[in-house]
Amino acid sequence: MGTIPNPVDGEDIHEEVREETRVGDKTSATGTGKTPGKKRRTASGSASQAKNFLSSPGASLVAIVIAALWTLPTIGLLVTSFREQRDINNTGWWTSFTNPGSYTLENYQAALRPGDSASMVDYFVNSIVIVLPAVLLPLLLASLAAYAFAWIDFPGRNWLFVAVFALQIVPLQVALVPLLRLYTDAGVEGTYWTVWISHTIFALPLAVFLIHNFMKEIPASLMEAARVDGAGHVRIFFQLLMPLIGPALASFGIFQFLWVWNDLLVSLVFLGGTPDVAPITVRIAELSGSRGSAWHVLSAGAFISMIVPVAVFLGLQRYFVRGLLAGGLKG
Amino acid sequence: MSTPEKLGLMLFAIAIFAVVFIGILLLAARFSGRTGERIQAASFVLPTLLFILVGLIYPALLTIRDSFKEDAGGGFGLANYVDIFTQEQNLIVLRNTALWVILVPVLATGIGLLYALVVDRTPWEKVAKALVFLPMAISMVGASIIWKFVYEYKPSFRDQIGVLNAVLKTVGIEPKQFLLDVPMNTFYLIIVMVWIQAGFAMTILSAAIKAIPDDIIEASQLDGVNPVQRFRYVTMPAIRPAVVVVLTTIGIGTLKVFDIVRTMTGGQYETSIIANEFYDAFFRYNRPGLAAAFAVLLFLLVIPIVTYNVIQMRKDA
Repeated sequence: MGTIPNPVDGEDIHEEVREETRVGDKTSATGTGKTPGKKRRTASGSASQAKNFLSSPGASLVAIVIAALWTLPTIGLLVTSFREQRDINNTGWWTSFTNPGSYTLENYQAALRPGDSASMVDYFVNSIVIVLPAVLLPLLLASLAAYAFAWIDFPGRNWLFVAVFALQIVPLQVALVPLLRLYTDAGVEGTYWTVWISHTIFALPLAVFLIHNFMKEIPASLMEAARVDGAGHVRIFFQLLMPLIGPALASFGIFQFLWVWNDLLVSLVFLGGTPDVAPITVRIAELSGSRGSAWHVLSAGAFISMIVPVAVFLGLQRYFVRGLLAGGLKG
Repeated sequence: MSTPEKLGLMLFAIAIFAVVFIGILLLAARFSGRTGERIQAASFVLPTLLFILVGLIYPALLTIRDSFKEDAGGGFGLANYVDIFTQEQNLIVLRNTALWVILVPVLATGIGLLYALVVDRTPWEKVAKALVFLPMAISMVGASIIWKFVYEYKPSFRDQIGVLNAVLKTVGIEPKQFLLDVPMNTFYLIIVMVWIQAGFAMTILSAAIKAIPDDIIEASQLDGVNPVQRFRYVTMPAIRPAVVVVLTTIGIGTLKVFDIVRTMTGGQYETSIIANEFYDAFFRYNRPGLAAAFAVLLFLLVIPIVTYNVIQMRKDA
């Protein structure tokens, strides 16, 4: 995080989320209006006076019911992924708790065994190969463009920026088929290049907008000082700005990472389903259609695909939430 | 391709991107003065503009053109749009899309708000929020598999392995094939999207609730309002802008969602929505014109949602 104070460094999640909203308010694509009031409550400040209908037993019951509904489905499939195929198809997963000895790692072993019909290895590798360039490329391009929109004076700057901003509302579906033809004409159909470039294109309007907002917050005096010292834009960009907006880049990077990792449509359109290039989401969706009752394969495969985003979520929650609040939903 | 080859290609691609763009920049940096400034601005902005122009604007224009191209015969006209608004199968698609776009935002926002209120400032708030938020991090494909298993059906003489049918059987109701149960199956799919989006609504609304200034709360307490009145007259007006944002953001996201329908039913049994029909029209029915028309319709439907958002924001500003 470097040397500048990071506004979202608070350990307390309340503090943190509040800051996230602030960021979100300023940057949301459609504009979130204003956070009412300037005086913010401290997390502990009004806890004592917060006696309301929310602390009643009824409220606790509502909380528990919602939490259960939001957790149980996942637990069910997770437990299932550790059961034998025969057990899965004959008894409910909840019955396995009375017979703990019946759990097995076989489903995961099959999924991770190269060459096995249930193998996810190739698809998992494809997901990784797809996601890294599809995050780095838009980050680099959008940072450059955002810098120019924020700090270089050139003709047409304002309306170009508004145009890029407005393009966020275009659903990617309107571009898919002509893009597919363009890739075919260029002879790169069915290769990673199609998804690397497509994910970059679809990420750019939002990325430019978000990163621009962070860049604008850098004090103009700092920029002027650097200019007076004789630094050119390229040097200012790499030596001064990149370190300063590191946290902003991280939050957009994680957001894009999850979006690409979890994507189905773009990969399905440009890559099809071959183990050579298709990511793990495509494979699982395909298995769901063709072997819908092969729960031993589906459950283990689904969790293998979820490990990465869940690890990212748990490890980098702060950035993740910020990216999400700032970006809303893309697609 | 073997795994090392794939990883090698990836590193190669990253290196190429880096070398090309940094090379352009270093070249641009050599110019100085007014011209230099212009050249540098161009080298910063043009790559992005080029990607957007060639990859987004030009394809979008082609799609608009193609949407008027008849799939049989190749003449130009409104045939594809007429198909969308007259064929019974497509009317079902439109009806389903409307159900999704109305129900998902309302339910996800309602549940997210309720949950944000009931866990607000409780000792377990952090964990409670993470539980509901987690579905947001996983793919919609993963979520679809999770819920397909919840809805799993076995003939009634067998043990049920899907939790919902097990509950039905326990209370003496005949197990049913949820995903085949027209027209209720659309609602069962909608539940999955609500399950995914509620965490998003909760996170933003919770932050908005916490941003309400203390003095307003205190004043309302001095006035002796009860909690329900406080919610109605203090909390709700204060978080209204956030609620609008959440509703519209989820609405736009829902309009374009394809993964859930695709993974759970493939759009069969009258569950298809526009985003899925776009894909099927092109890849399954070989009707590029109809697919283009569906894509354009998707775009047109985003506009009223965005407009509503802008109008509401103006009102609050």
